[in-house]
Amino acid sequence: MTAKKTYIQSFCSIQNNEIILNGETVFNTEPTVFSDFSKKAYQNFEMNYPKFFKMDSLSKLAFLGAEILLRKEIDATKENNIALLFANKSSSLDTDVKFQNSISDKENYYPSPAVFVYTLPNICLGEISIRHQLKSENSFFIFEAFNPVFMVNYANVLLNTKKAEKVLCGWVEYYNEEYKAFLYLVGTEGNTEHQKETVEKLYNK
Amino acid sequence: MIREVFITETNCITPIGFDVATNVKNIDGGISGIQLHQNSLLMKDPFYASIIDEEKLNTAFAKVTPAQNYTRLEKMMILALQPIVEKSKLILDAKTAFLLSTTKGNITALENPTEENIAKAHLHQLAKTIADFFGFATEPIVVSNACVSGVLAISVAKRLIQSGMYDNAFVVAGDEVSEFVLSGFNSFQAMSDLPCKPYSKNRNGVTLGEAAVAVLVSSNKENAKIKIIGDGSINDANHISGPSRTGEGLFRSIESALAEAEINPNQIDYISAHGTATPFNDEMEAIAFNRLGLEDVPVNSLKGYYGHTLGASGLLETVIGIQSVLESKLFASFGFDELGVSQSINIIKKSETKNSHYFLKTASGFGGCNTVVLFEKVS
Repeated sequence: MTAKKTYIQSFCSIQNNEIILNGETVFNTEPTVFSDFSKKAYQNFEMNYPKFFKMDSLSKLAFLGAEILLRKEIDATKENNIALLFANKSSSLDTDVKFQNSISDKENYYPSPAVFVYTLPNICLGEISIRHQLKSENSFFIFEAFNPVFMVNYANVLLNTKKAEKVLCGWVEYYNEEYKAFLYLVGTEGNTEHQKETVEKLYNK
Repeated sequence: MIREVFITETNCITPIGFDVATNVKNIDGGISGIQLHQNSLLMKDPFYASIIDEEKLNTAFAKVTPAQNYTRLEKMMILALQPIVEKSKLILDAKTAFLLSTTKGNITALENPTEENIAKAHLHQLAKTIADFFGFATEPIVVSNACVSGVLAISVAKRLIQSGMYDNAFVVAGDEVSEFVLSGFNSFQAMSDLPCKPYSKNRNGVTLGEAAVAVLVSSNKENAKIKIIGDGSINDANHISGPSRTGEGLFRSIESALAEAEINPNQIDYISAHGTATPFNDEMEAIAFNRLGLEDVPVNSLKGYYGHTLGASGLLETVIGIQSVLESKLFASFGFDELGVSQSINIIKKSETKNSHYFLKTASGFGGCNTVVLFEKVS
């Protein structure tokens, strides 16, 4: 396949009660729990999407990151072929533990479909796809740690094979109140070359 | 010139056989792995499921290694991979990928949530355990994309090999029947009270199953069983726990695979579909196939033999589909009686002889995901 140059067009990270877009802090709060932080972020950016409150923490985290990056990117009047390429370490384990707790005690057995559906890590891709009407390629991977080599390679495959016009890459890790999201948009135009070293540097910032 | 990619080895561990030949023989003979189980550790009431016999599993595993301390799922996965790793004689170097597909992995470890068990429930930990057993040199790539995971893993392997990152990729997929998954599907009221009946009028839900499956995806045509010529993995963008009424994501995924392969819908000879036997899934597939003019193409769901094996299902059904192409056979869609979807599709009612040149595998799942892979017979 013809390997064209690809570029990082924008990037965003969410951790330690702070949201950073393209290197600048766009939102932060005093130290608090994730449910409170995410709610305040949602309100701050006037997202107006009540479904947000039904999501589990992993989906909220991914949703917030996608919202920050895509709100100016998406033209709702046309099709946006932006693939979603996401990964993390703990899959949906945070919600898995919650669901397991709801069935472990036979005296207190109350499995809920609203919880069960979030025991899959790719549900957050569904949430983002619905919100931004992205009928596009999506896939979710698990690695022990952020894997820039894989992410760069696979994003380039999607672009070079024309399966997508842009790729929203994301590392969205959430387990037991510990969280980190790092999302970035890759396309065939731009100034920042999409290379492993750059992605790694931005992730560690 | 885009690299050609093939599947060169296959194997599966299921309730109806611990190798491909036995599985195919049983499918041909109309034998299903689905049985009524009474096990209060898994579910309060009796339930239908396709479950691997514990003793058979342990006996087979003991023949491969005296090693202990592997979970049930790990044993299944090692058994699935072992013969193909051995037969391939490949050096497991930096150009050999290892992909693992699962939805819930060692989720049963959470039943006793010690720190050690929570570590075990991490999917990368499962992948590392399997990788270390065989000595893979590259970092495992875990695909966890709900019920499309098994098909998606083939697609990912093919794309990575095409990109030149790897020359070969071993893919293993597996999931087991657990209290976690049974209670979850039950809470959705998505479980059938009888063995599942894909596409039938009286279908009323899934039957769960378990399996481990392995394939070798390679750029080397030698020993090729089938060629991978296109794929697509497109989201419905409609609902997180139900498929699109119009089959949009599946429709687009198939279109994407066809465009890549540069063939027309009417050239497809056989479809191995998802067919979970839930009312909405089967209906959605019938609509998507009709939108593409695929209503006359012979189609089956293998869920009647295996139940829904979640992250293993797509790979398992691909392995059996490859055998269909190689042996010029189409297998009956087990459990089917009377068409129960609103648009006509050509369900295979009894096993028959037919040459297939192009074979399409499809899957759909929670989160609105869909994945299809298109295969071509190797001349």
